[in-house]
Amino acid sequence: MPGAPGVMTQVSWPELAEIVGKEHLGAATAADAIDGVEAQMVAEPGTAEDLARALRWAHAAGLKVSPRGGGTKLGWGNPPAACDLVLSTALLNRVLEHAWADMTVIVEAGCRVADLQKTLAEHGQRLALDPLWPERATIGGILSTNDSGTLRVRYGSLRDLIIGITVALPDGTLAKSGGKVVKNVAGYDLAKLFTGALGTLGVIVQAIFRLHPLPRESRSLSFSGAPEALNQLLLAIQSSKLTFTGLQLRAEPGSGRLDVRFDGTAAGIEAQVNQILQIAGSSVPSDAPANAWTAHQAIWEGAAPALVAKFSVLPAQFAAVCALVERAAAAQSLAWKIVVQSVGAGYVRLEGAEPALHTVLVTLHDELARMGGTVVALGCPLAVKRGLDVWGPPSDAQPLMVRVKQRFDPDGNLNPGRFIGGI
Amino acid sequence: MEARILNEFRAIVGAFGLITEPEQLSTYECDGLTMFRVLPLAVVLPTSTEQVQAVVRVCHREKIPFVARGSGTGLSGGALPVANGIVISLARMNRILEVDLPNQRVVVEPGVINLNVTARVAPDGYFYAPDPSSQLVCSIGGNVAENSGGAHCLKYGFTTTHVLGLEVVLPDGALVHLGGRTVDRPGYDLPGVFVGSEGTLGIATKVILRIVKKPEVIQVLLAAFNSTNEAGAAVSGIIAAGMLPAAIEMMDNLAIQAAEAAVQANYPNCGGLLLVELDGPAAEVETLMEEVGEVCTKCGAWEIRVAQSDADRARIWTGRKAAFAAVGRLAPAYIVQDGVIPRTALPHVMSEIERLSSEVGLRVANVFHAGDGNLHPLVLYDSAVPGQDKLAEKLAGDILRLCIKAGGSITGEHGVGEEKKMFMAEMYAEPDLETMQLVRCAFDPENLSNPDKVFPRPRLCGEKPGVYEPHPLEVAGVAQRF
Repeated sequence: MPGAPGVMTQVSWPELAEIVGKEHLGAATAADAIDGVEAQMVAEPGTAEDLARALRWAHAAGLKVSPRGGGTKLGWGNPPAACDLVLSTALLNRVLEHAWADMTVIVEAGCRVADLQKTLAEHGQRLALDPLWPERATIGGILSTNDSGTLRVRYGSLRDLIIGITVALPDGTLAKSGGKVVKNVAGYDLAKLFTGALGTLGVIVQAIFRLHPLPRESRSLSFSGAPEALNQLLLAIQSSKLTFTGLQLRAEPGSGRLDVRFDGTAAGIEAQVNQILQIAGSSVPSDAPANAWTAHQAIWEGAAPALVAKFSVLPAQFAAVCALVERAAAAQSLAWKIVVQSVGAGYVRLEGAEPALHTVLVTLHDELARMGGTVVALGCPLAVKRGLDVWGPPSDAQPLMVRVKQRFDPDGNLNPGRFIGGI
Repeated sequence: MEARILNEFRAIVGAFGLITEPEQLSTYECDGLTMFRVLPLAVVLPTSTEQVQAVVRVCHREKIPFVARGSGTGLSGGALPVANGIVISLARMNRILEVDLPNQRVVVEPGVINLNVTARVAPDGYFYAPDPSSQLVCSIGGNVAENSGGAHCLKYGFTTTHVLGLEVVLPDGALVHLGGRTVDRPGYDLPGVFVGSEGTLGIATKVILRIVKKPEVIQVLLAAFNSTNEAGAAVSGIIAAGMLPAAIEMMDNLAIQAAEAAVQANYPNCGGLLLVELDGPAAEVETLMEEVGEVCTKCGAWEIRVAQSDADRARIWTGRKAAFAAVGRLAPAYIVQDGVIPRTALPHVMSEIERLSSEVGLRVANVFHAGDGNLHPLVLYDSAVPGQDKLAEKLAGDILRLCIKAGGSITGEHGVGEEKKMFMAEMYAEPDLETMQLVRCAFDPENLSNPDKVFPRPRLCGEKPGVYEPHPLEVAGVAQRF
């Protein structure tokens, strides 16, 4: 990536204070570090325009910038090559327009997910997503990290729910794509490009989503068994006519659970529960515990050191992944746990010594690539990330991705090195 | 076109795969939007990815622009040839390569007809959800280019929702794989950008699709109202009640008359007709259908029918899907528009369309995907009457401006193509368009792949974004900005 070297000694921070207001600029502390890389300053612009101007200023000064929302997933990605300025969206936290009759919402990037949901619930609606740590995570943050949750099996993931976006580019451009109508094919879909781009192309300042009604009733069941049997049951449920809004497999040594959730009318749910009992045959479910649908969040908690990685495979491969993880973990004396959504995306947690975690991560990168899947290390000690790309091996589209990055961020100012293949 | 280049194409695709005779070329001079016609220099019909790649490499080396084409049913001139370029038809790459039912994936070549995907998996209870009205003839490759929708995308999403991966020949001839069989692949969501890019970023040669299980039951309710405003109020009522129908369609009286004359769908003669399709578990659909009926009655519906059989349902849909063609019975020519508005703007926009239409004295038939606010006004005219085509074009344009003003879009599913590119500058600000061009420049810096479509003017990719600097070609007088 061509990049002007940081010229930190000559940085005129007062200029930035002038742009964003001096009450919105402060010295960075150790708590603001990203994978041990400490920034000099943290700016919290009060408006999207100020944020864009700050970005332009940083670009001109040759500074490396890391955008930040709630800061819940700052450790995701490779360690940044450098970071001079943390650019926070914390003050861009308004719900600008909830057009409930049109079932759309315009929201600023720094709005916390739970705050948005609270506003939407006033009209019986929701953004049909249940990402990690909604109390703290922001809209811009979940978009940049492409974090959707368990509802995606029915409602799609972020890419399917976002219908418009406004971004600030390194040169200070504020650009929009899409709009506030659900159906729109005018121009390129930049909302999708920025979803999951980890803030390497620009800073998301505003998003527009399509919404769904809150469910009238909801009921969840849970089956227990060995992963192989549960994987078969999952495929059977998936190929049935049931309309579940959650379907996930959980596994850890000696135990496996398959959770299924139905939302809708009482009559509809009852009929579906009866059908699933028939599909399951001798396997009798219990009501799923209240925390079943936050398992994707709970997997982040436990003994340290640990590695939490996101993997993606085909639904028919879940049991094979469980077996693979079990084998690899046993070889390194690691504890393990898996939760995977039926669409194919899940998390694996491994606990144990750092070198062993590193070794298993390398194994998983290789083995899942062989299966046609992917695995990305998200949460882990820095030592586990050293010497590898947390995103796994790049595809043949990597040169194209580099060209996209070069067009949007020609000098490599945004989150340098954190994305796939060193982007 | 130089003989040596034609010979090279012939060597790649064989004599049977190369068209150069003017009378044969004329088949390709337009797509479903026949008002724009351009004769290409040649048409090549490759049968494999390797052939597409070889053809594109020649184009890249010789700087020959190319336009990929599927079935040519597009309604915005997206597959309109360029005069100094070739058309690459994907019609012969029409194999379904793989069906993986347990994982609900189908891998197809771009020339596969949309409905054939469903036909292939229907015996196992699956369907391919995007269902543009042209699904009998339109191709998956064309759907990918346009991000096609259809009546059922309100619930099931668009083509982009159902395309997981793509094999793409880039404009320089490189072969890349975007996305894949699994979801959330690391890296930029390039399938998300490619789908709907209207052929401007390269040529898809393989597409990995997601298929969907057929619902337990499907019911269609037909409700007759005195006006589209009343029908529109019912739509809002249904949505406000927390329901997500599989489809909500609306037709006005003129469209109803046309459909009746064409396929005898047995529609009531009313001012606003609503079709509401619910699908899902039988018990649920039954309850909700009753609620839909109540909402409609409350909003003034004077006749409500629920299709009792598959045959009834098919007949109701035939009327709707035939509506565009049927309008041909009302007037010698028409322009279809594809604007989108927030649902709640419907009454205002409808009365404005009525006003504009009576001002210029041209009739407008209206067919909507009402659930998602996608309007298809059909502006009727007679090209034999001097000046009427221009009037119709102006009226259609004014309707799009109404949509933009209402906070909507100039196109919901037909694409910008050649037809609406000048409206992009009205819908988006200059920085928005400049930013979109960054994507194009990353994929196609030499502007060879379906050039001059979608955007009001091409960007010269050598420019530095942001600050204006004259391009060397401008300085040399070779190219100019306008």
